[in-house]
Amino acid sequence: MTDIKNILLAGVGGQGTLLASEILSEVLMLAGHDVKKAEVHGMAQRGGSVVSHVRYGKKVLSPTIADGTADILFGFELLETCRYLPLLKKGGQVIVNNVRISPPSVALGQDDYPDDIPGYLHKNIDDAHIVNGMELAEQAGNVRTVNVVLIGALSLYMDIKKDLWLQAIKSMVPERFLDLNIRAFKLGRESGITD
Amino acid sequence: MKKTILSGNEAIARGAFEAGVLVASAYPGTPSTEILENVVKYPEIDASWATNEKVSLEVSIGASFGGARALCTMKHVGVNVAADPLFTLSYTGVRGGLVLVVADDPELHSSQNEQDSRNYAKFAKVPMLEPTDSQEALDFTRLSYEISEKFDTPVMLRTTTRISHSKSVVVTGDRVTDLPTPCLEKNPGKLVMLPGNARKRHPIVEQRTLDLEKWSVEQDFNRIEEGSSDIGIVTAGAAYQYAREAMPEASILKLGMVNPLPKQLIRDFAARFKTLYVVEELDPYLEDQIKAMGIKIIGKDLLPICGELSTGIVRDALTGENAEEGTKPLPQAIPPRPPNMCPGCPHRGVFLALNKLKAYVTGDIGCYTLGFMPPLSAMDTCICMGASIGTAVGMTKVVSDDEKKSVVAVIGDSTFLHTGINGLLDMVYNKSTTTLIILDNRITAMTGRQENPASGYTLTDDETYEVDIADICRAVGVKHVTVIDPYELDNTRELIRTEMTRPEPSVIITRRPCMLMKRDVEIKSPLYVDTDNCTGCKVCLQIGCPAIEWDASAGKRGQAKVNRHLCVGCSQCRQCCKFNAFGVHND
Repeated sequence: MTDIKNILLAGVGGQGTLLASEILSEVLMLAGHDVKKAEVHGMAQRGGSVVSHVRYGKKVLSPTIADGTADILFGFELLETCRYLPLLKKGGQVIVNNVRISPPSVALGQDDYPDDIPGYLHKNIDDAHIVNGMELAEQAGNVRTVNVVLIGALSLYMDIKKDLWLQAIKSMVPERFLDLNIRAFKLGRESGITD
Repeated sequence: MKKTILSGNEAIARGAFEAGVLVASAYPGTPSTEILENVVKYPEIDASWATNEKVSLEVSIGASFGGARALCTMKHVGVNVAADPLFTLSYTGVRGGLVLVVADDPELHSSQNEQDSRNYAKFAKVPMLEPTDSQEALDFTRLSYEISEKFDTPVMLRTTTRISHSKSVVVTGDRVTDLPTPCLEKNPGKLVMLPGNARKRHPIVEQRTLDLEKWSVEQDFNRIEEGSSDIGIVTAGAAYQYAREAMPEASILKLGMVNPLPKQLIRDFAARFKTLYVVEELDPYLEDQIKAMGIKIIGKDLLPICGELSTGIVRDALTGENAEEGTKPLPQAIPPRPPNMCPGCPHRGVFLALNKLKAYVTGDIGCYTLGFMPPLSAMDTCICMGASIGTAVGMTKVVSDDEKKSVVAVIGDSTFLHTGINGLLDMVYNKSTTTLIILDNRITAMTGRQENPASGYTLTDDETYEVDIADICRAVGVKHVTVIDPYELDNTRELIRTEMTRPEPSVIITRRPCMLMKRDVEIKSPLYVDTDNCTGCKVCLQIGCPAIEWDASAGKRGQAKVNRHLCVGCSQCRQCCKFNAFGVHND
């Protein structure tokens, strides 16, 4: 199954990981791949830890990614990215949004949020990219577009033409939010160029 | 013919459309909910939310008896509610094809148990198909209608979370158009299940199972993938994908129909292999039946009954190889992140009050089940939809008069209408003095904000009669019914305190729309903590809002901090603060 590539999205319920994984699956299909994507809905989405598994290649079987086989860990939040590091293969790539959202035990002052996760990732992962997604989303015009900013950052590391990404976003985002989201995508993509 | 990427649920909706379905009915339940939410995109189908799963199956039965193809969908525990009509529908059979989709939830991603619905198909003696990806979800849905009409039986289509909520590439087809027009047709001997008639139907059901078994042996939805002559695997559904990926060399018998089993096919396949495995999630359902045929097969000796399978689990179990070693984890422990009520959730203040009043809370199924989580920690039981009320009634029968006063039942608006009304009737009828709180957030929230009979809208977004929950409570005989805005924290707490001590049945309806409902909720400016006033008393942390966190480095002994990206400006924290330390951003 070496021709299969695996991308794991990790974040916090409410951050828009579902739309991001939709756009990602759509663009992969447009690029001619077989694609599978798996995630859970319902109670799991209420502010808890969420993941989406996206797998693509010639013929994908299991919809979920086995431990130690993700090629890209695509994180929407720092702590959640660390939670799923064991799923990332050795030498895999991390693209992560530079934002902290405290889990309940940290918010209550009972646990500590690990210090300097970006520093840890840079030191321990050869191919780690930190994206200031929240700032870029605000710059795009709405902080909720952070998911599309991150898709823009991811797009730079994938062998898919920019036009196909824009086509996928067009098919997934309501017309009235399209300009905003395209701005967000471009800001995310440009952020990677100067990384 | 169009290539597209669909979830299993979207594919089932598409399959129902292509099969010419005219009526679809469901009660929302993860992971089945999105089937009806997608069916509604096809105006040819009359799609509606039913008040519960039993009603949804009965609506589908009526449509089928009227001559139309009908779809009914639910989560696994919904079948417990719908079991009554299901078992007798097996006897009557159908007129228009009827398919019951049941979505199981191995791993309990969003459920209260992990029951295996395949047992229901065998128990109710109805055929069951099990797709392995979205393409099969579509194809098997279409096929189910043909089987339903050919064999005069309801057909169950079983998915699991990884089928319903996984997307894969699908080729779609066209809608069939040559179906008969629905009309009334009397056939009481077949449709009136009193003993004399049902006694005649039972042998027909038994023969039907034999006929289905014989027929399914010849069908290509059960297929053999030839591989190694040493190892054979029998599998179905999502488990097939894991088995195929984990054991690329093995020969596989992939079953499309899991009830009844194609015994001759299994026998012939089994005879060819030295080592035979069965790879299935949850119960040893296939394994027990194959072993009962006298075949030696290995399954749950190696694979778990609890939880989901994965490629890694199957590979480890069957080959003894260990999983790939991945990236090293962070050196320190990672704090857990369980689900939580949203910022601005109107349930929060109710559970804060119940916590402070030291109530014993019999709970129910919905977002508010999260009232169990610390720091609110105000839920003591949760069994199934509607159980809160009966549980409270029974409990107050046996505990001391003093303890009785602390028992409070809580239930959501949609859950109350689903199966709570019967419990309230029992509470009044049998003279219980329990207090019931109906958390009325105007929507079926947990499953993703679906309309219900009290929301005033239908699944198709049409306005409809908005049932008054307070009127229902009064109609069944509750004299003390009070409606309150749960954002008024002090008033809510005092009202609950008063009603808990009242020696009569009482109902409190806490009414405020779910924060996620764009229709009714105005966006307010986020709050901030005034660092001059915050004393670090931590009282605001007790409401468990995801937008408030502790900043140990601020002030003399730490201070609260608001995450302005998460705060929705509900001001519940501001009401809790005695030091006027919360301000509102003006932007």
